[in-house]
Parts: sequence; C-alpha cells; structure tokens
Amino acid sequence: MSQEMLDKLAEAVIKGETDDAEALAKEALEKGLDPLQCITEGLTKGIQKVGELFGSGEYFLPELVVGADAMKSALNILEPALVGDQAREVVGTIVLGTVEGDLHEIGKNLVGTMLTANGFKVIDIGVDKTASEFIDAVKESGANLVGASALLTTTMLQQENLIGALKDAGLREQVMVMVGGAPVTESYANQIGADGYAENAMSAVDLAMRLVDAPA
Amino acid sequence: MRPKLILLSDELVKQIIEEGFALLTNPGIQVHNDEARSLLADAGAEVDMESKIAKIPEKIARQALDSSPSEFYLYDLDGNQVVHYGGDSVQFDPGSGGITILDSETQKQRQALTEDLIKFVKLVETIPQLDAQSTAFITSDVPEGIGDLYRLYLALNYMRKPIITGAFEKETWWTMKDMLVVVAGSEKDLAEKPVAVFDACPSPPLKWSDITCQNLIDCAKNNIPAELISMPMAGANSPVTLAGAVVQHTAESLSGVIINQLANPGAPIVWGGSPATFDMRKGTTPMGAIGTWMINCAYVQIGKELNLPTHSYLGMSDAKIVDAQCGLESSSAFMAALAGANMVSGAGMMDYESCLSYEKLVVDAEIIGMAKRLIAGIDGRQTPIALDIMQELGHKGNYLGHRHTLRWYREELYIPSEVIDRDTLEAWEKKGSKSTWERAQDRVDSLLTQYQPSPISDEVKKELRDITTKAANKAGMEKLPDLSFE
Repeated sequence: MSQEMLDKLAEAVIKGETDDAEALAKEALEKGLDPLQCITEGLTKGIQKVGELFGSGEYFLPELVVGADAMKSALNILEPALVGDQAREVVGTIVLGTVEGDLHEIGKNLVGTMLTANGFKVIDIGVDKTASEFIDAVKESGANLVGASALLTTTMLQQENLIGALKDAGLREQVMVMVGGAPVTESYANQIGADGYAENAMSAVDLAMRLVDAPA
Repeated sequence: MRPKLILLSDELVKQIIEEGFALLTNPGIQVHNDEARSLLADAGAEVDMESKIAKIPEKIARQALDSSPSEFYLYDLDGNQVVHYGGDSVQFDPGSGGITILDSETQKQRQALTEDLIKFVKLVETIPQLDAQSTAFITSDVPEGIGDLYRLYLALNYMRKPIITGAFEKETWWTMKDMLVVVAGSEKDLAEKPVAVFDACPSPPLKWSDITCQNLIDCAKNNIPAELISMPMAGANSPVTLAGAVVQHTAESLSGVIINQLANPGAPIVWGGSPATFDMRKGTTPMGAIGTWMINCAYVQIGKELNLPTHSYLGMSDAKIVDAQCGLESSSAFMAALAGANMVSGAGMMDYESCLSYEKLVVDAEIIGMAKRLIAGIDGRQTPIALDIMQELGHKGNYLGHRHTLRWYREELYIPSEVIDRDTLEAWEKKGSKSTWERAQDRVDSLLTQYQPSPISDEVKKELRDITTKAANKAGMEKLPDLSFE
C-alpha cells in the first residue's frame, strides 16, 4: 500500500502533474504515511528520473520545469509535517536573484529549478534586487550560498558590489558566492572575488554541490 | 517580378494584429518610465502608478500608426541619400551590441580593443554589399560607463555610411546625439538628413525599461529615427507557438510606436526586432533556428501590413568558429531579403549575438550579394528574351563573345569575390588548398587596402574627441585611447 503511494508520488513528478502531486501528498498525510519517506522515496525518486530522462534527451526544459513544480507543490504539503529532527536533508540553502538594474530571469529561474530538483532549498528573491535585498534574504534564511545573475555588461558590475556589501555586512564568511549570466566569465568571477562561476543551469548544480562541500 | 516570402495567411495577419491590440489593454504594458506613463495617461490610457501598467485602448494605437511615417531615408556623411527605410527596399548592416571579437590568429573569442573596432568599421566601409555601419561591439579599453558612446565615437571617425546604433543609458544617448549633431552640422541638418538610427528594446514580455523607453522618447523629440527591437523568446518569455511569439512582438512594437508617436507625432520609427526560439535542451536562444527565422519574417509581414518601415535581425550564427554551421545558419539573410525587411542586421555576428568576426563578415557579404541578386528577380531584359539571338547562333551556340552576353552578364550573374572558391581542383590546390576561413582572411586584408578615410574635417574630429573625452573623464578615464593606428 505505502509503496503504491510512493510510486504514485514519483509518477506525479515524472508526469509534471502539479495538482496530482499536491493531492497525493495530502492523501499520504491523511493515511498516516511517513512524510520523510514520501519525500526521499517518492518525490526524490521522481525528480531523479526526470533528470535521467533530460540527460538522455527524452525530456527537455519544459518537462524539467513542470517536474520541479510538481515536486515543489508536494513538498509544500509534506515538509511542514516533518517531525522534530526529521528535517529533509537539504544539500544547501541558496539565495538566488538577478542584480540591481537587470530584469532578466530565465537563466536564474532554470538554475533555481535545477537546484531545487537536486536537493537545495532555493530562496529566489527575483529580479532587479539591490545588494541589501540579497543580504536581508541571507540573514533571514541563514543561507550558505548566494547566486547572482546578470545579463548585461552594465549590470554585471553589481555582482562585484554585492560581494563588497556582503563583506561590509560581515556575511562574506557565511556564504559562498556564485555568479552567472551571459557576459560573465570565469576570469571576471575570479577578478571580483566570487567563489565560482557557472555557465548554465546544469553546471550551476555541480558548482553549488562543490561549494557547499568546500571547507568553510 | 520580385520574389517574396509570405508566411502568414491574411486571416492569421488579422488575428495576430487583433490579439496584439487586445494585449495592450489586457494585461497592458508595464512601463518603467515616468515620462512615458504621463504621455500615455494624457492620451487617455488607464495607467496604474503602483503597478506601472498602462492599459492602452486601440484608438490610441491607431492614431500612432496613422502619424507614423511609412518611409524615411538615411544619408551618408557626404550628404547622399543612401538607405531607404520603407516599401520593400532591402539593406544590410552588421550585427550590433556584440561584446567580443573573433581573433584572426587564434580563432578564439577575446575582448575587443579600440583598434579592433576601427578595423571593423574600415572593413564595413570597403564591403560593397553592406549598406550601413553598426556600433558592432564594445571595446574593453574604456570604462563600462562610456561603452556605448565610445563605439559611436570611433565609428564616426572612420565611416562614410550611415550607422545603426543604440545607447545603454539615458545620459549617454544625449552625448551620442551631440556627436551626431557635430557631424551633421546642426540639429536641423541632422533631422533633415539623418545619419543614424537608434535601437530601442522593450523587455519581454510586454514591458518597457526606464532606459530604453527614455531613449525612444528622446529619439522622437529630436527627430532621430528609432528602431524597435522586440525580442520574444518563444517558449521562454513568450508563447512557444511561432504565431504566439509574433502576437507578443506585435503588442510590444505597437506600444513602442505609441510611446514614440505620443512624444512626437510623425517621428521616424521602425518596426524591428530580434526574436528567437528557445532551445529546449540548452536554454539558449538560437539565431540559427528555422523557427527564429520564421518569427522574424512573420513580424516583418505584420509591419508591412501596418505600413511601417521594417527591420530584422538575421544572418547570424550560433557557431563559435567560422565553420559549416556558421555558413549555413548565416544564409538566413536570404529569408530576410525575401521577406522584404528594409534593414537586416546581423552580418559578421556569431555565437548568438555576442561575437563579431572580420572573416565571417566577408563571407556574409557574399550571402548578401546573392540575396540582393535573388530579390532583383528574373526579368526578360529584352523583347524577345533572346529568340532572335538564338535563331542567329543556331546550333553553334558561341554565346561567350556575343554582344548580348557582354551587355547583360554583369547584371545577370552575381560575381562573388575570392572568398567563394570557384577554381578547378588543381587551381585550388596550387593556391594552397585554402579553406573558407583562410580565403576570408585574405579578403579582409585585401579589402582594408582599399579603405577611403572619412570625409569629416579635423575640426569635427576634434569636437568629437572633446565630447568623448569629457564623458570619459566623468567615467573615471583621464585620456582616451590613441587613434593613430595607421
């Protein structure tokens, strides 16, 4: 019975059925099933399958996005039900945003989706965010990662400002900073003192994994 | 007969325009510029000051379309009328807004320097197939704050052809305008004989940022042509259906025409763009995708339906080297010509819209030459076509030396440069078995020897340098890079 429910949860994620995933999560709780098991053996199995299908070229970005959406909606039901020290193993917590003066968000959104799918807690603060808005989100969430996106040669300067502001706020040691966006390069990232640069959403996940493992 | 590419049926054109108008009121256009919102509110649009969303009734759009000129001309620096925005005139300029140059030695991208842009501008001057310059790429040897105006400063020093440009800030637009006024002689001269067009981009979906919107208004008020560059990305920030992307383009462009015309009815405005499909595997925006080309040509058709001058971003490639993909994708220039876009931007541009290459530029020049020949079509030329001659020459067929051949061959046959290999195998091998890349390099070198300097006077040059130096000082740079590269 409970295996059936776990499979159904995974299937809802694989099919990107957000309403089903939410309904199933509620049903699971009503039936007294273990929410942590539902997450780790149901939803996570589903999103891993989605990742496999994407890697093999059967699934594309839209399927990835709806799969992650379905997973998120079920997590919203299941996570609050986790008891005491049963917290879901969160690989890392990241504050993600597009820098001040810049309205571009597609890349950032994809990064957020991929990170969520890979076990990160993602706090996406949106676009056109000032350094202090990034900092407020870091303080509030206790994040250990910051991801800043910029798509214009003019706004990428804000990534440097952000790092300076984190230093001034005494938060630079707490977080690893990763930067990205079309005009951003590895050498620019090094130049401004970022901890890493990722070229696309997929490599952003690899980078984020490495950064959270890195010694403080 | 002029060959044409028509993608949209009459019914679809109607529906697209109808839905474009509908979007203007629901959800409306989000306008992050105070002056534009005032203009819209004064004209009767419902403007919410909190959300910055303007709901613009069709009536206002129709008025703006009525006041927009259906054509205008650009002039070269000698005062000749050389570019016609209107009807089915088709002209080409290089891509603009790039950030790197493809190094001729290493075949790798690198940041560009002053000397690179000067070389590029000179090369564009010598390429007969290109009708206008563009501020092709920023150089890394000046502060970011003057990146836009510095490109224009360099171009003005070396060009004769008119130029398609754009600003990155509100303030720099004025500095760039000052430069143009200096070159034209006066504001009146510049308005009467425009030498430049400014691109202005809405933000998809359905938004205007403060900066580009201000540029759009300032262009109108100063009678400087503005070229709208709406860029829906199908499936990412616009509907994935090609028709849906065109609907979004229509709404965004209508809003641009409206704001521009409210600022100054009758100001020259261009229905342009740079849309793309979204690659659902890589999350990139391929300029070489067939869907991209189709959206481009379709919105040009809409622009013509609305009786506006048109522009398109085609002739680019997503390739990182000048290889087969680069060549085949750049052939989208043919599509643009068949669609009748008045200005086609993209020559020389690769790696999506980030890198420019001298070598690619001269290869693209050949595509452009062929495209122009294509749309010149087939004409009988004589009456009878050649019956009399064929009856005269009978079964001998010595056409090579015939006066008919001599009379017509230069116009009938597009004769490419040496970039296109037409040798026999032996001849090709004797010349070193060169690749397209190598032949393109030779062509670049050869063309540059034909460069004719700019006609502007030393006084004008000094004024341009003073204007730019002042801007550079404000941006923290004491002295501009040297221009003596001869």
